[in-house]
Amino acid sequence: MSHAHAEGHTIDHLEKATLEGKNKILGFWIFLGAEMVIFGTLFAAHIGLRGELNGGVSGSEIFSLPIVAIMTALLLTSSMTSVLAIQAMHRHELKGVALWLGITVLLALGFLGLEIYEFVHYVHEYHFNIQQSPFSTTFYVLVGCHGTHVAIGIVWISLLIGQLFKKGLTVVTAPKVYVASLYWHFIDVVWVFIFTVVYLMGKVG
Amino acid sequence: MDWITTVDHKKIGILYLFAGLLFFAIGGLEALFIRLQLAYPMNDVVSAQRFNELITMHGTTMLFLAALPILYGFFNFIIPLQIGARDVAFPFLNSLGFWTFFFGGVLLNIGFFTGDTLPDSGWTAYAPLATEYSAGRGMDMYSIGLQMSGIGTLLGGLNFVVTIVNMRAPGMTMMRMPLFCWTAFITSILIVFAFSALAVGLLMISFDRLFGGNFFNTAAGGNEILWQHIFWIFGHPEVYILVLPAFGILSEVIPTFSRKRLFGYTSMVFATSIIGFLGFMVWAHHMFTVGMGAVANTMFAVATMLIAVPTGIKIFNWIFTMWKGQIRFTAANLFAIGFIPSFTIGGVTGVMLAMAASDYVFHDTYFVVAHFHYVIVGGTVHGIFAALFYWFPKMFGRTLNETLGKITFWLLLIGFNLTFFIQHWLGVVGMPRRVYTYLDGQPGWNEMNLVSTIGALLMGVAVVILVINIVITLMKPKNATNDPWEDGRTMEWAISSPPPEYNFKQTPLVRGLDAWWVEKRAGNKEMTPAEPVGPIHMPNGSILPFIMSIGLFIAGIGFMYDTLLMIVGGLGILVICMILRSLIDDPGYHIEPEEIEGKGVKA
Repeated sequence: MSHAHAEGHTIDHLEKATLEGKNKILGFWIFLGAEMVIFGTLFAAHIGLRGELNGGVSGSEIFSLPIVAIMTALLLTSSMTSVLAIQAMHRHELKGVALWLGITVLLALGFLGLEIYEFVHYVHEYHFNIQQSPFSTTFYVLVGCHGTHVAIGIVWISLLIGQLFKKGLTVVTAPKVYVASLYWHFIDVVWVFIFTVVYLMGKVG
Repeated sequence: MDWITTVDHKKIGILYLFAGLLFFAIGGLEALFIRLQLAYPMNDVVSAQRFNELITMHGTTMLFLAALPILYGFFNFIIPLQIGARDVAFPFLNSLGFWTFFFGGVLLNIGFFTGDTLPDSGWTAYAPLATEYSAGRGMDMYSIGLQMSGIGTLLGGLNFVVTIVNMRAPGMTMMRMPLFCWTAFITSILIVFAFSALAVGLLMISFDRLFGGNFFNTAAGGNEILWQHIFWIFGHPEVYILVLPAFGILSEVIPTFSRKRLFGYTSMVFATSIIGFLGFMVWAHHMFTVGMGAVANTMFAVATMLIAVPTGIKIFNWIFTMWKGQIRFTAANLFAIGFIPSFTIGGVTGVMLAMAASDYVFHDTYFVVAHFHYVIVGGTVHGIFAALFYWFPKMFGRTLNETLGKITFWLLLIGFNLTFFIQHWLGVVGMPRRVYTYLDGQPGWNEMNLVSTIGALLMGVAVVILVINIVITLMKPKNATNDPWEDGRTMEWAISSPPPEYNFKQTPLVRGLDAWWVEKRAGNKEMTPAEPVGPIHMPNGSILPFIMSIGLFIAGIGFMYDTLLMIVGGLGILVICMILRSLIDDPGYHIEPEEIEGKGVKA
C-alpha cells in the first residue's frame, strides 16, 4: 500500500491521469443516465402491460426460475470479476486485467447462451413470440434490449483484451477498461431489476 | 472534403447552422402551403392527405431539424470560446452527432425523393393513428428518421455537458460562466434525459409497425395512452430545450447592447435550473382531456403554473438590465427586445391552457396553435435571429447588414402577430386544429383565416430578406474586428473574428464574471494568459463519423423496406467503423508556437 502511495495519485488511477480520460469517464456516466431512462421507460411499459395476455400464456406458466437463477448467478459473478480486473489495473498487472476480463466475457457468454436457449424454448414450446400479446411484446423488448447490451459488452470487452495485449496499460487504454467496467456494472444492475420485476413478480403475480 | 472530415467545433457549428437553416426553409415552405390551403373555405391547393403530411412535416422539421440544430450550431461555436476551451470534450463524437442528425433528417424527408407518402399522423404521432391507421411508409420514416437524428442530438447533448463541466479555463467557476453556457448546460441535461425517452417511444412504434408488436394495439390489450405519456415525457422538456437557449442568448445580447451587466445573474442561474427541473414534472398537462381524473389534472395544472414564476423572474431581469442602460437598437437587440412581449403573450396563454377546466374548451383548437407559435416563433426564433446577427461577425468575420436586418425584424414582428394573434380568437370561436378545410359561413372564420395567411406571407418575405442578407454579406471581404459590437463582455470577443483553429493561443485566466469586460476595464488588449506559449495539441480529422452515419442511413432504409441485405450491410459498416475507431489511436498533432506567430493573428 505504501508503495502505491509513493507512486502518487495519477499513477494509482491511470484512467484519470489525463483530461481525455476524465472526460471519457464523466461522459460515460452521463450516457448511463440516458440508459437509465431507456430501461426505466421499458420497465414502465412492461409493468403496465404484463397483465394483458390476449389469450396467450402468462409469465407464471412459462418462467423457469432455476434457469433464470443460474443466469443471475453468472451475470453477478461476472460483475465481480470485472471489479477484480479494475483492481488488477490499479496494481498495474496487465495479465491480471486480461485474465479477469476474459473470465467476465466467458461468464457473459454463458448468460447469453442461456438467454437464447430460453427465448427459443418459449417460442417453440408455448408459441410465445413477440406478436402474441402486449405481455410478450414488452417482455421480449425489455429483456431483449438487455440481452443486446450484454452481446455488445462481450464484443467490446473482447476487443479491449486484444488491445491490452498490443498496447499495454496506458493512459489511453486504462480509461477504456474503466468505462467498460462501468458499463458492465450497469448491465448487471438492470438485470437485478429484470430478475425481480419480470421474473419473480411475474412468477407470483 | 475538409468539411466532411472536420472535428473542429467551429466548423461543425457552421455545419449545424447551415443544415438547420436548410431545414428551416423546408419547414417554412410547408407552413406557407398550410396557410395557403386555409386561406379560403373549401380551398383545394392541396389534398387532405397532403395537408396531413404538411402539418406533420412542418412540426417535425421545425422542432427537430431546424430549431434545435441551429441552436446546436451556436452551442458548438460559442461555448468553447466562452469558457476558454480549445475544443469540445469529444471532437469525434461531435462530428458523429452532426452527421447522424443530418442523415436522420434526410431519412425523415426521403418520401420527397421516393414518392412514398410522407409522415402524416401529426408531429405527436399519436397511437393508434400512427401505428395502425397510417398506410404507406410515412410513419416508418418518422420513427426511424427521428430515431437517427435523435441519437445525433443525444450525443451532442452529452458532449456539451462534459465540455462545460470539465473544460472550463482556470478561474471560470460555474457562477462566473456566461448565462448562454448555463442555459446550454441545463438544456443539454434535459436533452440527455428527454431524448432517451423518445428513443424508446420510437422503438416501440417501430416494433408495432414493423414486427407486429402490441404496445399500442388496443385490440390485443395494448395501451395507446402509454404512447402519450412517453411522448410527452420527452415532448414537454423539448419545449424547454428549445426555449432555454433563447433565454441564454437574450442574456448575452441585452447586456451587451445596454452597456450594463446582466441584472440578477444568480437569480437567472437559479431560474434556469428550476425551469429545467419543473420541465420534467408537467408532461401530463398535454393530456388533461384524456381522462386522468381531477386529482391528477389538478397536480399537473398547479405544477405547470409554477413554471411561470422563474420565467417571470427572467422577463423582469431583462427589463431591469435595460433600465437606465445605454441601449443601442441594433438588429440583434431588436430581436432580443421583440422576444420579451411576444414570449410573454405565449407564457400568459400557457397559464390559461394550464388551467385544466378551461383547457377542455381550448383543447385542440387554434388557441393552442396560437399559444405554441407565440412560444416557439416569438421565443425561440426571435432568440435564434438575435444570435445570428449578434454572433455572425464572430463566426464569419463579417457583420450582417443592419438595415436589411431591421427590415427583417419589423416584417417578422408584424407578420408573426398578424398570423398568430388572430388565431386565439379563431380557436375560441371553435376552429379545430389539423382540419384541412372548413365550410363557408362560420362566424368570422373566413376573414380571420385570410388575415392569418397574409401574415404568414409577410413572415416568408422577412425570411427571404434574411437569406439575401446572409448571401450578400458572405460575398463581402472579412473585415470584422475582434470585438465588432465594442461592448462585448464574454471571452469570445477577445480573439479574432473568425477565431483561429486553436481558439486561444494561451489558455486564458478568468478573473471575474464577464471575463473580457473585466480585462477591458483593466485596460488590457487581450485576456490574461494562464499558461506560457507552447505547442497546442489538436485532434486529427476523421472520415469515420460520416461513413458511420451513412451506414446507419442504409440500415434505416433497410428496416423501412424490409431489405435484410441493407440492414446487415448498413449495420456492418457501422460496427466496422466503431471497431476501427477503437483500435486505431489518434495521437493528434501539435501546432508549434512559431507557426502561430507565422499565421499572424490579425489585430
